[in-house]
Amino acid sequence: MSTTINVSRRGFLTATGGLVLGIVLPEKTRVAAQQIGMPPPNLFAPPPGGKPNAYIHIGTDESVTFLIPKGEMGQGPTTACSQMLAEELECDWARVRMEIAPVDPASYGHQTTVGSQAIRSTWEPLRKAGAEAREMLVQAAAQRWGVDKSQCRADNGFVVNTATNAKLSYGALAADAAKLPVPVNVGLKDPKDFHIIGKPVKRLDTRDKVTGRAKFGLDARPDGLVYAVSERCPVFGGKAVGFDALKAKAVPGVINVVQTSRGVAVVANSTWAAMQGRKVLTVQWDEGAGASVSSASIRQMFADRAKEKGAAARKEGDAQAGLAKAAKKIEAVYEVPFLSHSPMEPMNCTVHARPDGAEVWAATQSPTTSRKVVADALGIPPEKVNFHTMFCGGGFGRRGEGELDWVLEAAEIAKQLTVPVKLTYTREDDTQHDYYRPASYAEFSGGLDAQGWPVAFMAKVACPSFGFLRDGVDGTAVGGLSDLHYEIPDMLVDYRVANTIVPVSYWRAPGVNQNSFFAESFLDELAAAGGKDPVEVRRRLLAKTPRMLNVLNIAAEKANWGKPPAGRFQGVAVGNGAGAFVAQVAEISVTKGKVKVHRVVCAFDCGLVINPSILRQQIEGGIIFGLTAALKGEISLERGRVQQGNFDTYEMVRIDEAPKIDVFIVPSTERPTGAGESSNPQIIPAVANAIFAATGKRLRKLPIRSANLA
Amino acid sequence: MASIKFTLNGKSQTVEAAPDMPLLWVLRDTLGLTGTKFGCGMALCGACTVHVNGNAVRSCVTMMSSVAGKTVTTIEGLSADGTHPVQQAWIEADVPQCGYCQSGQIMAAVSLLSKKAHPSDADIDEVMRGNICRCGTYQDIRQAIHRAAEIKGGKA
Repeated sequence: MSTTINVSRRGFLTATGGLVLGIVLPEKTRVAAQQIGMPPPNLFAPPPGGKPNAYIHIGTDESVTFLIPKGEMGQGPTTACSQMLAEELECDWARVRMEIAPVDPASYGHQTTVGSQAIRSTWEPLRKAGAEAREMLVQAAAQRWGVDKSQCRADNGFVVNTATNAKLSYGALAADAAKLPVPVNVGLKDPKDFHIIGKPVKRLDTRDKVTGRAKFGLDARPDGLVYAVSERCPVFGGKAVGFDALKAKAVPGVINVVQTSRGVAVVANSTWAAMQGRKVLTVQWDEGAGASVSSASIRQMFADRAKEKGAAARKEGDAQAGLAKAAKKIEAVYEVPFLSHSPMEPMNCTVHARPDGAEVWAATQSPTTSRKVVADALGIPPEKVNFHTMFCGGGFGRRGEGELDWVLEAAEIAKQLTVPVKLTYTREDDTQHDYYRPASYAEFSGGLDAQGWPVAFMAKVACPSFGFLRDGVDGTAVGGLSDLHYEIPDMLVDYRVANTIVPVSYWRAPGVNQNSFFAESFLDELAAAGGKDPVEVRRRLLAKTPRMLNVLNIAAEKANWGKPPAGRFQGVAVGNGAGAFVAQVAEISVTKGKVKVHRVVCAFDCGLVINPSILRQQIEGGIIFGLTAALKGEISLERGRVQQGNFDTYEMVRIDEAPKIDVFIVPSTERPTGAGESSNPQIIPAVANAIFAATGKRLRKLPIRSANLA
Repeated sequence: MASIKFTLNGKSQTVEAAPDMPLLWVLRDTLGLTGTKFGCGMALCGACTVHVNGNAVRSCVTMMSSVAGKTVTTIEGLSADGTHPVQQAWIEADVPQCGYCQSGQIMAAVSLLSKKAHPSDADIDEVMRGNICRCGTYQDIRQAIHRAAEIKGGKA
């Protein structure tokens, strides 16, 4: 890693006094984020030197508070990052409290929680911060006792004099430690000595989340708060050309009706009153060119585009030649629809625009950018915006880097008021005005040799660009295809931009979530065409990727591959998402066209694990998330309008459809990878492949509809 | 507007509200009890689940006029300190991920256990299918409900 620089002591004490230590995130964060198609590098630029970050505060009252530079949307970094700090700090875990760090780019760099980066990007710097603080406490004790530092040892919130067994608590040492210089070149522990990292310690956010005390974005309640909902053009790209607010303003509780760049907002003394006002608001729209667009027209455009020349994203050998000389050749077209993120907490943002600045409360994955969006809308410097990063009621990419429409709109409303205002999207707003997982279309060709083994593979992808284009390739749009681990001598994956009126963005495991379905289903087709067992083919093609081969073998063994219970059928899929190696076996039955997923076995290797309990949660949750995409998810368009609205038309997998999930985590000392976006892709092809095993029907289009199975 | 009196988390409460205003928005916007969540507004997701006279209801579609004279319990009133058996079981199993749906999940589970002391997985699925969890904590919810049944039954 790059060295942690600009470490110095932060010169303030809080009300309880004590030690505050700061560090700067390494440049590595930026590089890793770029690789998965995140926003341009300037957003991830390292912070300027000179002002350190504060991650650790030890109070003279023995409190230990960690300031976590990552957002909490359920994926657990507030606990896992705390474990990394505590491991090296040698504090008493029972005393640890966490807070989400304030927005302070000068200290923390660009704060964002995207791309399954929370652990990967903080793995070294947070442990180093813990180690530096520990050494300062040890040094303070040594000075107090007038002994050499080597005679002192940190242990569970105390420094122990190894000669006398005298002890001084961290709280008693904190004020002295804070006056010491930050040590340089502090060594980190050998992983074999870890006693907090790797342990399934309880989440630090659970208690507040089972008592109703946890504060999400929607729970912000500054004094004088008013409430807003907004009517937006039902057609993407449309604009308001006029509105009649007379009736809306007559609704009891309605305070004002204001226009924004996105629509017309009704402001009231309760969310419900605002909703009532909106019902009688009349807006004239210029729907624009989007009004003629439908799912059918988009699909046709994709198919036309797929015939055009693409830009190569992955090239091995000569795929055309390989196909020409193959003993057997098969072709297939795969497609997926747009999907909404649909976190349980709908988009919302609270903004108070004041003469001297602004205050914002937002459940966001991207606090730094969110703060700038507000600042720009209000025409003030970001430093004048006091930003509260709240718990996110789910994120999945919707609250990540992008236009942050919900933040912008709230700021535009607030600019026209003198009091704080909370803009809330209804569920229908959330579904119909998302930045969606793009629909995608891909034409596959594959060739087998005379023995039935795959020797040629070609994928021609037509998909809206939602990452960054380089030499005609959007690396995100082909993620999960261009980086396939299979060793096939002649391969080509190419891409052509197929943009639509529909706003698109990152959705849990961007790119991979659709391309894993494509690639792993088509590989299954190749296996079937060659008369091979799906696991056997994968083993052969993964011979040079031992970690993938290992998870495949574990999943196959634990699922009792090839010997499912009577009436049940198995499908397998592997993949690499956010750096983790993943294999899943789905066990299903199909009754009168109805698919039931009974059990999922997932073998998972993400390197060294910080918290196996939180990791298991993420894997299970990802599988449920992917299952919803496989069985339910479809955003469709007619006349430029999204056809789905609430959870009755945009359905979710519920508990009665949730399979038993058995997770097997590979013990490892490799560097930690991401995890949150690593298990939702493979379940989709695993289920589709199991359906093929059950019915002989190859489903190449999502979601899986029972009409196609009856 | 009407003056509506009811019992909220053990205390008498009177609010001035339109009779057709849903209980959810009175709890959240008028009274500041934000533990009860807005998820759909159509009784489709269960995030807003509270108890009225001991029964689980979706507060997003429960009109204030129907609450008059009744007893309402929200997540904040379930216990003073998170020690209700269902909360204890939720803490033991570390159920929540993002946590947004969990107030509703817990209130639904409490209601289920009040009617069925030892529910089967099928019983759990039948009742809890009304509550969506987008993070997919379903397996932990099942486990925690079984555990809550044990705690209620006196098993430590």
